[in-house]
Amino acid sequence: MEPALELGGAAMIEVRDLRKSFGATRAVDGVSFLARDGQITGLLGPNGAGKTTTLRMLYTLMRPDGGSILVDGADAVATPLAVRRALGVLPDARGLYKRLTARENIEYYGALQGLGAAAVRSRTSELLAALDMGAIAERRTEGFSQGERVKTAIARALVHSPRNILLDEPTNGLDVMATRSLRSFLGGLRSDGRCVLLSTHLMQEVAALCDRIIIIAQGRVVASGSSEELRAQAHESNLEEAFMKIIAAAALGGGAPL
Amino acid sequence: MSPAWVVYWKECRESLRDRRVLMNSLLIGPLLGPVIFLVMLRLVVGRELQKAERPLPVVVIGAERAPELVAALKQMGVEPHPPVPDPELAVREQRIELALRIEPGFAQDWRAGKPAEVTMIYDASRREGSGDVERLRAMLDGYSHRNGLLRLLARGLSPGIADPLTIASRDQATPQARGALLFGMLPYMLILTIFIGGIWLATDSTAGERERQSLEPLLINPVPRDRILLGKLMATATFSMASLCLGLVAFVIVGHFMPTEELGMSLALGPRFVLVGLGVLVPLVLLICVAQICIAAFARSVREAQTYLGLAQLVPVIPSIILSIMPVKAQLWMYAVPLLGQQLTLMRLLRAEPLPFTGLMLSALLTLLAAAGVFALARRVYNSERLAISA
Repeated sequence: MEPALELGGAAMIEVRDLRKSFGATRAVDGVSFLARDGQITGLLGPNGAGKTTTLRMLYTLMRPDGGSILVDGADAVATPLAVRRALGVLPDARGLYKRLTARENIEYYGALQGLGAAAVRSRTSELLAALDMGAIAERRTEGFSQGERVKTAIARALVHSPRNILLDEPTNGLDVMATRSLRSFLGGLRSDGRCVLLSTHLMQEVAALCDRIIIIAQGRVVASGSSEELRAQAHESNLEEAFMKIIAAAALGGGAPL
Repeated sequence: MSPAWVVYWKECRESLRDRRVLMNSLLIGPLLGPVIFLVMLRLVVGRELQKAERPLPVVVIGAERAPELVAALKQMGVEPHPPVPDPELAVREQRIELALRIEPGFAQDWRAGKPAEVTMIYDASRREGSGDVERLRAMLDGYSHRNGLLRLLARGLSPGIADPLTIASRDQATPQARGALLFGMLPYMLILTIFIGGIWLATDSTAGERERQSLEPLLINPVPRDRILLGKLMATATFSMASLCLGLVAFVIVGHFMPTEELGMSLALGPRFVLVGLGVLVPLVLLICVAQICIAAFARSVREAQTYLGLAQLVPVIPSIILSIMPVKAQLWMYAVPLLGQQLTLMRLLRAEPLPFTGLMLSALLTLLAAAGVFALARRVYNSERLAISA
């Protein structure tokens, strides 16, 4: 079931045989994949499949037990700061500083990224415009709606114009309107030629957004490819059915590592 | 701008917008100590002064049997009250505090030169009356002694026979030292302002950030974690210092309202106390703040952090108690102990005693070393994988 790594091309995020255990639980058990520039790659899997742990190792919050991560060629274990500089991350935890305005929240991250004062100001204004946040820019984030909060968190993650963008369940808790505008924003990032990697457990999300889908179950990659390829592989016309079939097959044949 | 400063300014800006921080660091922290102190002192001093001069109400039974004794007691401040039927019962039922019964045979025995009997009726388990009982006993003793001497004289004997021992008391405590004894808790109150000034920021900027889910995204920025720690430490120390400065000034102001004159004491609560005190306490501010941050980072939640930090506030009581119950002579090694050294120095400052230079240097050095040690520990906590993970 292990997909062969496609080497060469413009691989911007390359994960090989990644492993992480918490006590006896193997949360991530040999995950490998590629996420390319100019594409949106989706990590799809049920809750507890190891998506968040994989992303946390990617953005160097956790140290892998084994395997390697290369972001733009930089090793995440050896050079975590370089990797973090190359990444823009919307993690699962997306708390804002509620006594700072949306603009101040974004500018704080800009300064931490090492941008000069002028660059921070212009980038912040750019992002506020791109995310349609003009009306809330000078408001303190206390009392923001879920959508406004996610927008602010995305803006601060992108303040340094990273080439690679990681998003952990980006549309979690968003209403239809906010989800649509977020999807079109991510589409814009793809057309800019950036490498977007997102995790989700929602089928519609990957169907609507992703160029490549990597299905993870029980800490392993059980299938990967485009939406069409996955449907063909499972002999199903519907992606959701295909997903269910692949997950079920993995649980039976893959020999669950617990 | 270096990332530590970025973190510092953001923490300060955010805290200045938080009414709770302002209340804690800039109002309650600096004022709690001085106000408690003033109230405590007023109560203690007020009671002592009252006790010495207040008329002493005593129910006297059989006053007619010893008019001379009663007149002498009156002169010494006793206020004789008319007799009650059953004085023992009345004392037990707490209707009266103290009664004196002049026994029926008193006049006869007195005239015969035999020991004449009086009875004091009181309840020793009642705390507030004990001073009164001692006062009355001392008056009776005095009266008895004086009359004894007169009788010896009347028989042509030297009054010295009845006093084989002469006791002279000369209190060597200077007025300042007597004041400082009462003021033994002042250094603790001052150190408490440091704690209260830093506690909110220390909890909010680590345990609080984790709980509000903003720590993980913060740590994804390309900034080494010890820079973030440093920024948060500087911000905590700034608020702590502000609290301490205000606290020092508040003590000086409160000092003007303290009834020190009435107690015959004087305390060196002036500009020198503020400036030298500040210099002595700066290393301690660093130590306390870094310890608070370390504890807050280690705790799993804000609530847990607050519990630990609340307990930590009691630590500086230990040297205070040691210093007040064990009046040991200050020795050089004591200055080397963080908290103890600062408390010793503050006490000497209050008594306007000269400060030992070596002791001061030792105190500053060892406190800074301890702060560096705790900082290294905090760094380890910050660099651990579990720091950001709240779930």
